[in-house]
Amino acid sequence: MPSTLWRRVILAVLMLAPFAWISYAAVTQQLGADPAKTIVLFTGEWTIYSLFFTLSVSPLVRFLKWRWLMPHRRMLGLFALFYALCHLLSYMVFILGLDMSRFLSELAKRPYITAGAPAILILIALGVTSTQGMMRRLGKNWQRLHKLVYVALFLGWIHVLWQVRSSYFDAVLYGVITALLLGIRLYWTAKKRRKRGKKPLSNC
Amino acid sequence: MQQSLALGTAAVAVGGVATATAKPSFVADADVSSPSWLSQKLAEASADTATLDDKLTPYEHVTSYNNFYEFGYNKDDPAKHSDTLKPHPWNVEIAGEAEKTGSFNLEDILSKVELQERVYRLRCVEAWSMVIPWIGFELGSLLKQFNPTSRANYVAFTTLEDALQMPAQGNAFSTIDWPYVEGLTMAEAMHPLTLLAVGLYGKALPNQNGAPLRLVVPWKYGFKSIKSIVKIEFTQKQPPTSWNILAPNEYGFYANVNPEVDHPRWSQATERRLPSGLFSPNIIDTQMFNGYDEVASLYKNVDLRKNF
Ligand code: HEM
Repeated sequence: MPSTLWRRVILAVLMLAPFAWISYAAVTQQLGADPAKTIVLFTGEWTIYSLFFTLSVSPLVRFLKWRWLMPHRRMLGLFALFYALCHLLSYMVFILGLDMSRFLSELAKRPYITAGAPAILILIALGVTSTQGMMRRLGKNWQRLHKLVYVALFLGWIHVLWQVRSSYFDAVLYGVITALLLGIRLYWTAKKRRKRGKKPLSNC
Repeated sequence: MQQSLALGTAAVAVGGVATATAKPSFVADADVSSPSWLSQKLAEASADTATLDDKLTPYEHVTSYNNFYEFGYNKDDPAKHSDTLKPHPWNVEIAGEAEKTGSFNLEDILSKVELQERVYRLRCVEAWSMVIPWIGFELGSLLKQFNPTSRANYVAFTTLEDALQMPAQGNAFSTIDWPYVEGLTMAEAMHPLTLLAVGLYGKALPNQNGAPLRLVVPWKYGFKSIKSIVKIEFTQKQPPTSWNILAPNEYGFYANVNPEVDHPRWSQATERRLPSGLFSPNIIDTQMFNGYDEVASLYKNVDLRKNF
């Protein structure tokens, strides 16, 4: 369907815009005294926003009947992975200057970083298994595996919560959104289980 | 020795044989409004003649990358949102264990002290640092004027509390309980390195840097250097300090720069000296007491691991 293709292009451009903007600002030296920190914070924010967008697709399709969104969920998820990798790489290159021993010690020593690492590993695993072929090969396990995206989001939130310094605002806002998205999913799963319990043969 | 510094170009402090001519060495080409009595006083400040190898952090960065949570949580918020602060006229209350106490006008306070330029390293607990030419006077030279009593063991400082002038103080999500408070031991306060600053780069302090009067304690993490001070109190007991109240396991009362004591969030072994480029980050080793070894004698009998 051509309109799906158009939507895909528009969504991709929108999701790439933040990356384009921060790259442009970095190259033209508009990021102030400490561009490293600005970029790490910016890409971290966009990781969590992308996860919010990805996990909002199902509720939007169900509640608002925005069925046109469904085909784009995978791409949104891949953008979450993209920004997560930008986040991790900019931290390793711009903040640590690629000092790997520093990276390992930070990973072990700082709880907020320890929490972020498995979240990125999950996103990588989901990205790698996001193809049609993988979907077919993994069958029922694919769905189980991809439920881990909620674990990634939750860990991302813990990562932000453990960084709270002068304001609770972000941590509370992200916490509310995370709880909402997770709550909806848990509610649906419970409902499905109940239904399945009554009518063991239905498969939905 | 005089030289002027054009905005954005960093220069190296030149010391040695310079005689203390009355005029700061580093003057930014910037427009900071200040009353004429203050501009005049600033222009008469004696130049810093100490040799410091560190490159100055350009004025534009010093005044656009600030932690001043009274104006917002992002580094650029203070520069954008501090127009509401009215630094003149300004009164400072002197209170507590001293013979002379009361409320004093900033102009009167400055008329009794000598302004000097001091180029200091500033090390933030967030593992970045700058080099800034302050203009100010020794805190001790002011404190002496009030004849502190024998019970004065500490000096407590308070920032202005006024949500109209400092809008983020009205934010419900703030972790800090306003007003911001800080403190020093009497010995730290009297140390000749401890400065009360009224200017930087030859100009009056911009609002985002703590106008009109702020503390500068170069061997301690930046959060000790409290801004926009309205009250100085001599106390017998150790006064509460804002970050220590918030997270006592992360921020101690002393908060001396110490590469060996890690903060739970940031390694303190190194620092990014700003401005720091992207692909060749300016990462340097952090020095004990931020390189100000002359203060070590203040802590001879203090376990700096426990008293971080
Ligand atoms: C190994 C993995 C990760 C590392 C090493 C890492 C590292 C960092 C660092 C160093 C900061 C800045 C801390 C500072 O203020 O100095 C940060 C901030 C942030 N990170 Fe990560 N991160 C990781 C994974 C993630 C993931 C998976 C997410 C999202 C799901 C995420 C979201 C964020 C956000 C939103 C912020 C900004 C918080 C704020 O605005 O204060 N990070 N991260």
